Amino acid sequence: MQARLSVVALSVVAAFALSACGQKEEPKPVAAPAAPAPVAKPEVVVKLGHVAPMTGPQAHLGKDNENGAVLAIEELNAQGIEIAGAKIKFELMGEDDQADPKQGSIVAQKLVDAKVNGVIGHLNSGTTIPASKLYADAGIPQISGSATNPKYTQQGFATAFRVMANDVQQGKVLGEFAAKQGAKTVAIVDDRTAYGQGLAEEFKKSAQAIGLKVVADEYTNDKATDFKAILTKIKSKKPDLVFFGGMDAQGGPMAKQMKELGIKAKFLGGDGVCTPEFMKLGGEATEGQFCSLPGQPLEKLAKGPEFKDKFTKKFNAEIQLYAPYVYDAVMVMADSMKRAGSVEPAKYLPEIGKTKYDGVTAMIEFDQFGDLKGGAISIYQYKGGKLEYVETLGGAGAAEAVKDAAASVKEAATAVAGAATAAGSEAVKAGAEAVKEAADATKAAVEKK
Amino acid sequence: MDIFLQQIINGLVQGSIYALVALGYTMVYGIMGLINFAHGEVVMIGTLVTITVAGTLIKAGMPVVFAGLAGVSTSVLVCVALGWGLERIAYRPLRNAPRLTPLITAIGMSIVLQNLAMMIWGRNYLTFPSLLPKINFEVAGAHFTAIQVIIVVLSAATMGGLLALIYRTRLGMAMRATAQNPAVASLMGVNINRVIAAAFVIGSALGALAGVMVGTYYEIAHYQMGFMLGLKAFTAAVLGGIGNLAGAMLGGVLLGIIEALGAGYIGDLTGGFLGSHYQDIFAFIVLIVVLMFKPSGLFGEKTGDRA
Amino acid sequence: MKKWLNPRSAFGIALISVALVALPFVAAMGGQAWVRILDFAILYVFLALGLNIVVGFAGLLDLGYIAFYAVGAYAWALLASPHFGIHWPIWAILPIGAGLACIAGVLLGSPTLKLRGDYLAIVTLGFGEIVRIFMNNLNAPINVTNGPQGITLIDPVMIGGFKFSGNTTLFGLTLSGPQKYYFLLVALAILVIIINLRLQNSRIGRAWQAIREDEIAAKAVGINTRNIKLLAFAMGASFGGIAGGVFAAMQGFVSPESFSLMESIMILAMVVLGGMGHIPGVILGAVLLSVLPEALRYGVGPAQTALFGKQLVDPESLRMLVFGLALVLVMRFKPAGLWPSPERKRELAEKKA
Repeated sequence: MQARLSVVALSVVAAFALSACGQKEEPKPVAAPAAPAPVAKPEVVVKLGHVAPMTGPQAHLGKDNENGAVLAIEELNAQGIEIAGAKIKFELMGEDDQADPKQGSIVAQKLVDAKVNGVIGHLNSGTTIPASKLYADAGIPQISGSATNPKYTQQGFATAFRVMANDVQQGKVLGEFAAKQGAKTVAIVDDRTAYGQGLAEEFKKSAQAIGLKVVADEYTNDKATDFKAILTKIKSKKPDLVFFGGMDAQGGPMAKQMKELGIKAKFLGGDGVCTPEFMKLGGEATEGQFCSLPGQPLEKLAKGPEFKDKFTKKFNAEIQLYAPYVYDAVMVMADSMKRAGSVEPAKYLPEIGKTKYDGVTAMIEFDQFGDLKGGAISIYQYKGGKLEYVETLGGAGAAEAVKDAAASVKEAATAVAGAATAAGSEAVKAGAEAVKEAADATKAAVEKK
Repeated sequence: MDIFLQQIINGLVQGSIYALVALGYTMVYGIMGLINFAHGEVVMIGTLVTITVAGTLIKAGMPVVFAGLAGVSTSVLVCVALGWGLERIAYRPLRNAPRLTPLITAIGMSIVLQNLAMMIWGRNYLTFPSLLPKINFEVAGAHFTAIQVIIVVLSAATMGGLLALIYRTRLGMAMRATAQNPAVASLMGVNINRVIAAAFVIGSALGALAGVMVGTYYEIAHYQMGFMLGLKAFTAAVLGGIGNLAGAMLGGVLLGIIEALGAGYIGDLTGGFLGSHYQDIFAFIVLIVVLMFKPSGLFGEKTGDRA
Repeated sequence: MKKWLNPRSAFGIALISVALVALPFVAAMGGQAWVRILDFAILYVFLALGLNIVVGFAGLLDLGYIAFYAVGAYAWALLASPHFGIHWPIWAILPIGAGLACIAGVLLGSPTLKLRGDYLAIVTLGFGEIVRIFMNNLNAPINVTNGPQGITLIDPVMIGGFKFSGNTTLFGLTLSGPQKYYFLLVALAILVIIINLRLQNSRIGRAWQAIREDEIAAKAVGINTRNIKLLAFAMGASFGGIAGGVFAAMQGFVSPESFSLMESIMILAMVVLGGMGHIPGVILGAVLLSVLPEALRYGVGPAQTALFGKQLVDPESLRMLVFGLALVLVMRFKPAGLWPSPERKRELAEKKA
C-alpha cells in the first residue's frame, strides 16, 4: 500500500506541476492592456474586449471583425471624446476563441478578469451564448455584430445586444418570400445543427402563418453527402418548394441530387447556402434558386461606400462580411457611454437599450431583448454562376430607400453579367464583386453557428 | 411503387459504397485482428489525389478518359504506398503490444492523416471532375445513373476477385494460414510480415478505388469525408461478421438499404416521432439487435478469444 | 492499514495537499482563465478514472463512454434550469444524474454481455451515437432536450446558501467561481481516486482482473461474470454521470455538440496513453491530454513566429497534428502507456523475451 500511495502522490504532484508549468506560457494579449493613465491630464482608458476566432477555418472572418473594431476605435480616439471631464482613450483587447464554446468561456473569463468596460463579439452564436452568461454575471455589456441565433438575446440578460438581424427575422422573411414565389406546399430539410434547425423552425412558423402547407419535415446532418433517401420521400409528397436550413456543403449536393431524382420543386435556403461555394458544389442545379443574407448590400447603404473606402485604405484588404456591423457595435457602445456621461458598465448599460444611432449598417435601435429593431434581410438568386441581388425585405425606415436602389442595382448586376461597357460600369462592377465576396465569406461564418 | 423502388436503388448504391470500404477493414481484421481506424482516411486520400491529378490533367487539355485513368492509377499507387507505410511504421512494431495499443495508434494515425490532408488540400469542399458521361436511366419511375450501376457492379466484382484471391492462390492460402495461427503459419514457411503487408496493400488499393467511386458519385470531397464513411463501413463489416468477405459485402448492402428505407418510411409509420433525423442510428440499432442474437455478426465465424 | 501513516506516505500526502491547495492560486496569477483550464483537466481526470474501471480494470473496450457524461449533464440541465422551470438542489440532482447514467450503463451492458473485444467496441460506439442523436432530436414532438439549440441558463452548483459561481470572500481571501469549482472538483476527484484504489484490490477488483485476463477461467472459478461485468459498466457510468452534472453546472450551457464521438475517443486515449488500469498513469494521461492542447495552443503560434518570422501553418491544425503524432509515438515506444502498472510492465517484458 505504501509504495502505491507514494506513486499516487508523485503522479498527482507531477501532473499538477505540469499543468502549473503550462500557465507560465500564457502570452500577454496582443493589444497590451492599459498602460497606467498619464498623470498630467485626466485621461481615462476604456478597455473594450473583442472576441472572434483568429485561428482555424474562420480566421479570416475573425480578422475582419477585429479590423472593424480597430477602425472604430481609432476614429473614436481621433475625435478626442471627453466624458465627465476626462479625456477618453479607447483600447482594444483582442482575443481568440477558436469558434469553440469551451474556449469561448475561457477567453470570456480572461476579459472579465481584466475588468474590460465592454465586450464586442463573439463572432459565432455557439461561443457567444455560453460567454454571455459570464459577462452578464460580471455586469459587462456585450454587443455582437454577427451572432444570429435568437437564443443569445432570449436568455434575459440585460447585458446582451446585437446589431444584426437574427435567425427569427431571417426565417420569417424567407417564409414570406416562399409564399411570394407562388409556392403552396413546402418541404423542409434541416441539418440538425443549432443554426440549421433554428432557421428551419422559424421558416416553418412563418410559412404556416401565411397559409403554406408543410408536406414533409426531413432531416440530415452537417457531414452528410447522400440525401437521396430523404429526397425520394420528399418527391413522393410533391412540394412546390424545398427549404433547406443548413450549409452550402450539404445544400449544393442536395440541389444536385434533387435534379438527378427528377424533383422539379424550387430550392430555397438561408445565408448558409448564399455563397459561390454552393454554386460550385451544386453545379447547374443551382441555376434560378434563391437564398438570403442578413443586412443589405453595403453599396446600397448611405454610409456604405464611404466605410468601404476607409476600410480598404486602412487595412489594404477587402471587407469580408461582418466588419461594418462590428464597427457599428463599437460606435453604439461609445455613443451610450457619451449619453450616460460615464464609462462604468453599470452606469452606461441602461443607455444602450435607449440607443438611436445612425450607423453604417442601419438605424440602430434595440427592442426589449437587445435585438436590432426591424433587421433587414436581402434575397439573392443564383443566375449564370453569380449571386444576383433580388430585393430587401424586413428592415424599417431604410426599406423605402433601399427599394429604389434595388432596381438600379439589379440592372447593374445584369449589366455586369453581360459584358459591361457603359460609362460608370467600373463602380457597378465593384459593387457586384463586393456582393460576391460578401457571400463568399458568409459560408465560413455560419459554419459553426 | 416507384418510390419504393427508388429507395431500394438509393440503398443499394449507398450500401455498395459501404461494402467497398468495408472489404478493406475486414481484410486487415481477418488476418491480424486489428481495427484499422485509419482506413477511412486512406479512402479520403484516394479521392483527393484523384481530384488533384485528374483535375490538373484535364485542365492541361488531356482527354478526360486518360486523365481519369491517370488519376485513378496515381491514387491507387499513393494509397498502396500509404497502406504499406502505415503497416510498416505504425502497426508492425506493435504486433505483440496490448490489444488496445494498435487501436490508439490507428486513431492517432487517423488524426494525423486528416490534418495533413487539410494542410495539403485546404479546408474547403473540393469538386470532383466528372470522369464519366452522365447517362440517366428511368425504369418504372425510378431514376438512376450509369455511375450508380458501375458502383454496384464494381463492388460485387471486387468481392468476387478477393474471394478468388483468398481461396485460389498461394498468397490467399498464406493469408488464411496466418489468420488461423500466425506462429504456426510462420513455422510452415509463411512469411508473416509479407502476408500482413499484402493485406494492407490490397485493402488500401480497394480503399483508393472506393474513394474514386465516392468522388465520382457525389462529385465532392473533403478532408473529413473519410471518418463517417469509415465508421459506417466498419459497422457494416461487423454486421456481416468481421473478417468475412462476403459478410462485409452483405453487411454493407444491408446497411445501405436499412438506412434508405428507414429514412423513407419510419417517419410516416411512427407518425413523425422517429423520422429521418434518426437515420444514422437505425444502422446501430439493427447492429445491436443482430449482435444480441448472433454475437459474431451474420456470417462471422467464432472469433475465439481475442477479447 | 497502519502503513498509511508511515512517514513516507504522510509526507507524500502532505506534499500533494499543499500542491493541490496552492495550485489554483498560482494559476490565478496567470488569470482565472488558467484556473478554468485546470478545472477541465480535473474533470477529465474524473472521467478517465471512471472509464478506467470499465476498460482498465474489467478490460471491456467502451467507445461510447461520453454517453453517460451526456446523460449526467442533461439530467442536471433539465432539473436545474428554466427550461422546465425546475430548480432542484445539488443533493437531489447529482444522485439522480448518477442514477440515470447507471441505468444507462446497465442498459448498454446487458445486451452486450456476450460480445467480445471489437464487437463490444462498435456496439458501445453505436450506443454513444444513439444517445447523442436522441438528445439532438428530442425537441419534437415534445420538447425535452431543446434539440441542437442546447439548454442555457443552467443553475450553478449551490450547497446550502453557498454559490459556486461568482466571487466570494472567505476569511479575507477572495475566491473566484472557477477556483471554487476547482476545490469541488478536487474533492470529487479524490473521492473517485479513493474508490478506485479500494476497488482495485477488493474482491470485485480482482474479479474484474480475472475477467480481463481470461473470462472462461474466471467463470470456472465461480465468478458471476455477468453481474461483475454489469457492475463495471454501472460504476463507470455513474462516475460519468456525476462528471456530466458538474460540467453542466460549471458551463451553464449544454448542447449535443459537446458529446461527440471524438470526446469518447479522447477519454479512451487518456486511459490508454497514461497506462490502462494503473491509477496514477490514468491521472497523468488525463492531465497531459487536456493540458497539452492548451499549452500547444499558446506555444505553437509564438514558436513559429520566433523561428520563421511568420505563421507558416495554422496553429490549430498543427496542434491536432502534434496531438495525433504524440499518440502514435507514445504507443510505438511505450505500448503499455506512459506510466504502466509494474505488473503490466513485467508481463510485457516477459512477452518480448
